[in-house]
Amino acid sequence: MTRLLRLPRLTFWQLVFALLMLVGAYATYVRFFHGLGAATNLNDRFPWGIWIGFDVLCGVGLAAGGFTLAATVHIFNIEKYKPIVRPAILTAFLGYTLVILALLFDLGRPYRVWHPLVMWNPHSVMFEVGWCVTLYTTVLAFEFAPMVLERIGWHAGLKWVRSAMIPLVIAGVILSTLHQSSLGSLYLIVPHKLHPLWYTPLLPILFFVSAICVGLAMTIFESWHSAKACGRYLELRLLAGLSRVLAVLLLAYLALRFLDLARRGALRLILEQRMESYLFGLEIALMLLPMLLLFRAHVRRRAGALYACSVMVIFGFITHRLNVSVTGMEAGSGVQYLPKWTEIAITLAIVAAGFAIFRFATKYLPIFGEEEQHSEVVAVAPEALPSPVRGD
Amino acid sequence: MKQRAVLYDSTLCVGCRACEEACARKWNLPYNDAVASKEQLSENKLTTIATYGERYARRMCMHCAEPTCVSVCPVGAFQKTPLGPVIYLEDRCMGCRYCMLACPYSVPVYEWSKTLPKVRKCDMCYDRVRAGKPTSCSEACPTGATITGERNALIKEAQRRMTENPSQYNGRIYGLEEVGGTSVLMLAGVPMEQLGVRANLPNAPLSLATHAALSFVPDIVGVGAVLLSGVYWITHRREEVAAAEGGPQKGREKTK
Repeated sequence: MTRLLRLPRLTFWQLVFALLMLVGAYATYVRFFHGLGAATNLNDRFPWGIWIGFDVLCGVGLAAGGFTLAATVHIFNIEKYKPIVRPAILTAFLGYTLVILALLFDLGRPYRVWHPLVMWNPHSVMFEVGWCVTLYTTVLAFEFAPMVLERIGWHAGLKWVRSAMIPLVIAGVILSTLHQSSLGSLYLIVPHKLHPLWYTPLLPILFFVSAICVGLAMTIFESWHSAKACGRYLELRLLAGLSRVLAVLLLAYLALRFLDLARRGALRLILEQRMESYLFGLEIALMLLPMLLLFRAHVRRRAGALYACSVMVIFGFITHRLNVSVTGMEAGSGVQYLPKWTEIAITLAIVAAGFAIFRFATKYLPIFGEEEQHSEVVAVAPEALPSPVRGD
Repeated sequence: MKQRAVLYDSTLCVGCRACEEACARKWNLPYNDAVASKEQLSENKLTTIATYGERYARRMCMHCAEPTCVSVCPVGAFQKTPLGPVIYLEDRCMGCRYCMLACPYSVPVYEWSKTLPKVRKCDMCYDRVRAGKPTSCSEACPTGATITGERNALIKEAQRRMTENPSQYNGRIYGLEEVGGTSVLMLAGVPMEQLGVRANLPNAPLSLATHAALSFVPDIVGVGAVLLSGVYWITHRREEVAAAEGGPQKGREKTK
């Protein structure tokens, strides 16, 4: 009975996935055979759209759970978070791979993507980001390797990778600190174009703190989803702990944000009747509300509420990045930008691919290590699913 | 080396667009009435006259002394030559378009219609200027509104014009100090913002802000490595001590 009920839901999502991939494939054809002009609404006044604003700026941030949790467990030795390190590292590795893929769509000459590695300009923030992302993706490949090596049972390789793990994690944290903040530094060069609600010398710091916030939120988000999808036990106690840290970090972020606005005398701009101030309000509300909620212990104990809060933080984060890269740049550039369908189609296809590969990986690789037996037990009796998700 | 520069005097400009046509010919770009009527820089138009009623303004690369494009390009595809012109090395460019985002004058444009596009911008006729010749636009200008010369000499010339006809000018040489100074200097009868030129630019090069941020990189690497190694040592030392004292922790071998 339950199987029959679940079937249509599965095929629905598979249908959506297939459709997104199909449209994405056609958009890819348009992009590479007819050029950026045909595939985007970008122009000389507005050279960066959602492929940079969402796919790259948000993609890198959403993958920040990887270095945060790797540091928590491997460096700070807080071992109780061990069960959620692997999904976070998988997300990060997947995220960075997809960011690089998205970048290949945006670059005018994608086959020269390696140029910054040999043609140096150390004064360029983009150069630094390019190097850090390359190196960190390599680090992530090594951090991810044990999951594959365990699966194929190559113990010599596993031992070798594990022996290098601590220096790798340290390098990963440093590289992440550098480029997560540098994504904000990219916009330090446009004081004359970026709206004062978003232009601040603190951009690198705000980008760094918000990346850690959203990294934690993503960890909660995907734990909840994979618990649901695989019928797995949800590590609610751990997520409650994470969400407390998240609340404190959100408070720090918002405090920084408003102190900075006040110092620059930009607070009055919030009250203007303009698109900028509305979208600023949305961005702040999506960070403030989950912060207030997560400071309450009974909210943190409920899986549904935790999930809702993580979704709000994710959308608040995305709104901030899009505000910096799109909303805030429109007035200063003197143009209106709305992404073309091809831009949206490719972005959606990349996101869908991310979801699908994550699902696939959790199915075939030891991502949720110790919980494997649980999943088999629960899979036999799917009607027992809701209770382990809710209770602790 | 004496820096070459271009002086554009809006009060002498009659809007004949000879500069546009000469520039198009120099770059082998199509030029016709349709192109001429679009008063914006584009892949077909590396300089343009912008009309403001009876007045005209010229748009072209300003050839900054501390160019933003040179500073932001991750592959070093822009170079400030000692002679003054800022040139573009297309073989390096991967098409990230950060230069277009960053340029305070929105000068670099892109070949949006091509599948393997390049950035395009005025290079102050680097080949001609290097050979001691004036730029194509200067040569074509029938009124002397655009002239090429040595930068200091052109500044003196601009000052001379302003002192001789103070009522005709806005009293300012645009490009003397903007974002660190430029190799293209502009004179006008009205404030530059009335001619569509950005008025909110600082006198310091824009790249100072990003240089400041990047200067933290070595510190973050050094301090980060020491700090994280230290934290790792402390947190795991506790475990080792606990193990040695027969605590409940899993027995880990002492390494040192």
